[in-house]
Amino acid sequence: MNFHPFILPFSLGAIVLFAIIIYKYVSWIKKLDRKQKYFVNKNMFTFKTIQATGEVIREALIHRNIYKKNPVLGYMHMSLAFGWFLLIVVGKTESSFYAGTFFEEPWLAIFFRYFAREPHEYFMATQFTFIMDFLLLVVLSGVLLAIIKRMRSKFMGMKKATKHSTFDRIALSALWWIFPLRLLAESTTAAITGNGGFLTGSLGNLMSGLPVQALELPLWWAYSTVLFAFFVALPFSRYMHIPTEVILIFLRKWGATAGEQYSGLSDIQINACSRCGICIDACQLNFAADINNVQSVYFIRDTRYHNLTDDIANNCLLCGRCTEACPVGIETTLIRQQMRNKAEIPGKHYYDYADVPDCNSKPEVVYFAGCMSHLTPSIIISMKKIFDAAGVKYWFMDEEKGLCCGRPMRQQGFVQQSKDLISKNMRMIHSSGAKVLVTSCPICYKSFRDEYVLEIPVLHHTEYIEKLIDSGKLELKNSGKSIVYHDPCELGRGCNVYDAPRAVLKEIGELRTSELEKENSLCCGGSLSNSVIDLATQTKIRDHGLEVLTASKPDILATACPLCKKSLVHGNKVIVKDIAEIVAVNIVNKKQPKKVQTAKNMNEFEVSYK
Amino acid sequence: MDKKVLIIGGGPAGIETAYSLALQDVKVVMIEKDANVCGNIQNWEKLFPDFKDAEEVRKILSQKLNHPNIEVITNTEIKNLYPQGNLWFAKNDDERIFEANAALLATGFEVFDAKRKEELGYGIYDNVITSADFEKMYKSRKILTAEGRVPQRIAFLNCVGSRDEKVGNHYCSRVCCINAVKQAIEFKELVPDAKAYCFYMDMRMAGQFYEELYRKSQEKYGVTYIRGRTSEAAVTRDNRIQIKAEDTLSALPMKMTVDLLVLMVGIEASAGTTLLSEQNDVLGLYGFAKPLGLYSEDNMTTKPGLFLAGTCKRPLTLPETLADARSAATDIIKYLKTTK
Repeated sequence: MNFHPFILPFSLGAIVLFAIIIYKYVSWIKKLDRKQKYFVNKNMFTFKTIQATGEVIREALIHRNIYKKNPVLGYMHMSLAFGWFLLIVVGKTESSFYAGTFFEEPWLAIFFRYFAREPHEYFMATQFTFIMDFLLLVVLSGVLLAIIKRMRSKFMGMKKATKHSTFDRIALSALWWIFPLRLLAESTTAAITGNGGFLTGSLGNLMSGLPVQALELPLWWAYSTVLFAFFVALPFSRYMHIPTEVILIFLRKWGATAGEQYSGLSDIQINACSRCGICIDACQLNFAADINNVQSVYFIRDTRYHNLTDDIANNCLLCGRCTEACPVGIETTLIRQQMRNKAEIPGKHYYDYADVPDCNSKPEVVYFAGCMSHLTPSIIISMKKIFDAAGVKYWFMDEEKGLCCGRPMRQQGFVQQSKDLISKNMRMIHSSGAKVLVTSCPICYKSFRDEYVLEIPVLHHTEYIEKLIDSGKLELKNSGKSIVYHDPCELGRGCNVYDAPRAVLKEIGELRTSELEKENSLCCGGSLSNSVIDLATQTKIRDHGLEVLTASKPDILATACPLCKKSLVHGNKVIVKDIAEIVAVNIVNKKQPKKVQTAKNMNEFEVSYK
Repeated sequence: MDKKVLIIGGGPAGIETAYSLALQDVKVVMIEKDANVCGNIQNWEKLFPDFKDAEEVRKILSQKLNHPNIEVITNTEIKNLYPQGNLWFAKNDDERIFEANAALLATGFEVFDAKRKEELGYGIYDNVITSADFEKMYKSRKILTAEGRVPQRIAFLNCVGSRDEKVGNHYCSRVCCINAVKQAIEFKELVPDAKAYCFYMDMRMAGQFYEELYRKSQEKYGVTYIRGRTSEAAVTRDNRIQIKAEDTLSALPMKMTVDLLVLMVGIEASAGTTLLSEQNDVLGLYGFAKPLGLYSEDNMTTKPGLFLAGTCKRPLTLPETLADARSAATDIIKYLKTTK
């Protein structure tokens, strides 16, 4: 039997690693919520599983996503992950050929050169030796890049690298040593037995002056020991992302997504975080306000180790930029929302006092302006004008006795309160018998789409205006103004509405682009989701955003969210208008619209345009 | 004395300094951007706390400009102010250059643009006006709604654009509280049966006779003061204004419908103040000019020969402005005597 005591640390480490991973997998899967389990059962034995396997190869081994974002960083990951994977696969094949059976000692492949000392005569021995040396070289190049990245993260195009925990440091140091030690151990053996390839053999020749006989065993012991250290530290360190990402990819392909409450999938997602720190660079709190200890990577780390503080959980704009940037696809904002959830009081209702009206007027459209639009009355007045010009019969649901849509409560973790509001609003909406619900506020819009179970479709007013134009009910004239559009977080990243606002704006003026658009757009700073930062910090975020948005010096900065409008207006840099306002002053009158009580406002608005 | 001083701004501060300098035989060139002198008090009908006719004050101030040592140039907006050697130069857009031994910034304030608080509906709803609009209406002694009716309920809203982090003005404008008291009394004198409400955060009655007037407004005129800031205004079907506020003394949210809402707009640095301060590195917070020190150096700047007077430094009442102007004249004369 090919045995030497130095294989023991490795074997022990491997057994511990597999035991822990299996234990974790099982407990996570048990903790999946009902919806997630339903999707797993439904899709497990479908084509989706094959697709997921392909994605595992692309993302977990080749790291295509990271490669696309940053080629050097991508190569580093690929050389380490895919290189090591091939070392194991090719090494196992080689040792099986050598032993003449597939069931040789499991450690043989790992310490192959030590045991296979005699001249190689098994199938393709020379080729195997070459390939194994080549793969080792590839992995070593990855290790070298990793070390450079630690020293100078800017080299990798990253401004901030993540700060590490103790387990991370143990695992990281072990990982750095595994392959250099393997190289040295194999080269020493090669110096003695002459079984090396172009890399180990050459290094062996160089070592011929050294006391190789005395060095050989200590080096193999060291190699086995660092493997032990890496395996044992791995489940408690950020390297847990390696086995976890695989299961995440399968679950995601099967259709499981983060729900309202923290679940097994949330556990899997936070363990799948490699702490690469890409989210730090994406975060406006970091680059516009110099706050760099609250980003998703730290939030996830603290959640995983159960020492999350309110200050970190609540210090987030929930803008979704990090979710967009995350190469692993972790639903960072949703998990943060789950961690903000407050305890529920069974049976408690919060808004029994709120007396809300039913609708008796049989409208085509229910219009819900939202609390924030009530603070920007010009948007409401513009919408009234648009409805009237298009001849649409609408019911203004929250004109006098409206309730909040529930989303701000939800974002702060008051789920029960939010549900109370939702049920009251749903009753009102359905009482109208209307065919469509239109809202002016992207925050409400996201809530209606995701949290409500509505019998009728919901549209943001930009989408609704686009439909009115397409159906010929609304005719607009071109104002000749240059316009830059600011994507509100909740409308863009939140609801994937990017094209309708742009289509409408193209009808009224010259639409210009800005540097950060659509998925990459910035938060205006006025987010209701962050209860930690003060106004001065919000102002920094806003002013940085304004600088980006007005780089092309547009006549008008358009947005589609009352909250964005309010925060951007106070920057005092450019005329800021909601799309509805710009539309309302550029309507071509087919028939005389009903006089809306706004004459003064509209005239003033025209003046400020000239 | 054979010295000349350039005064930029023909409001109360500029005029009072000009006259004080002229009396000391200093030649003064006073440059005003508008057609008329007297600045912001042209828009006021009566002054607090004694209800003196603003017209009387304007007359007194304008007469001071008849002094032979004072040359007044109107319709000229200075866009560039800079020193060269011991001299100061000012230029307008037509490249007309003025030259003098010293310069005084008396560029004053502008009232806050209430449209920036969109939730209050100024410029959107007909029956939301500002305190400046109220003064204009009061000239004809007619405070009416947009429909021409006499309002039966009126509300004054303090701190619009002052003490408001959201619009970036953390400071108190100092004159609006007492101005609200004055305007509420004026309204009640015109329409004794009407109801007048005043929403406030704190009633800052720190000037002489202010507290007495505040008491009188309640005891004699029945003005109601409600502590609480209004969050939003909306229009009702009959074109009245519904305001949502919180009464912070009873800790209850409240709604109130009024015929006319008056926004007590605060004081902001004028565009000229900010522009010329910035050019000369004397820009302070919120766009106001920054004096050298708070105490004896309040009229001086870091630039020798450049002086400040009045509300270009911070919100001030009219008597404070006039006193400050005379003190600036003292500093300027001292400077002229010690400089070649």
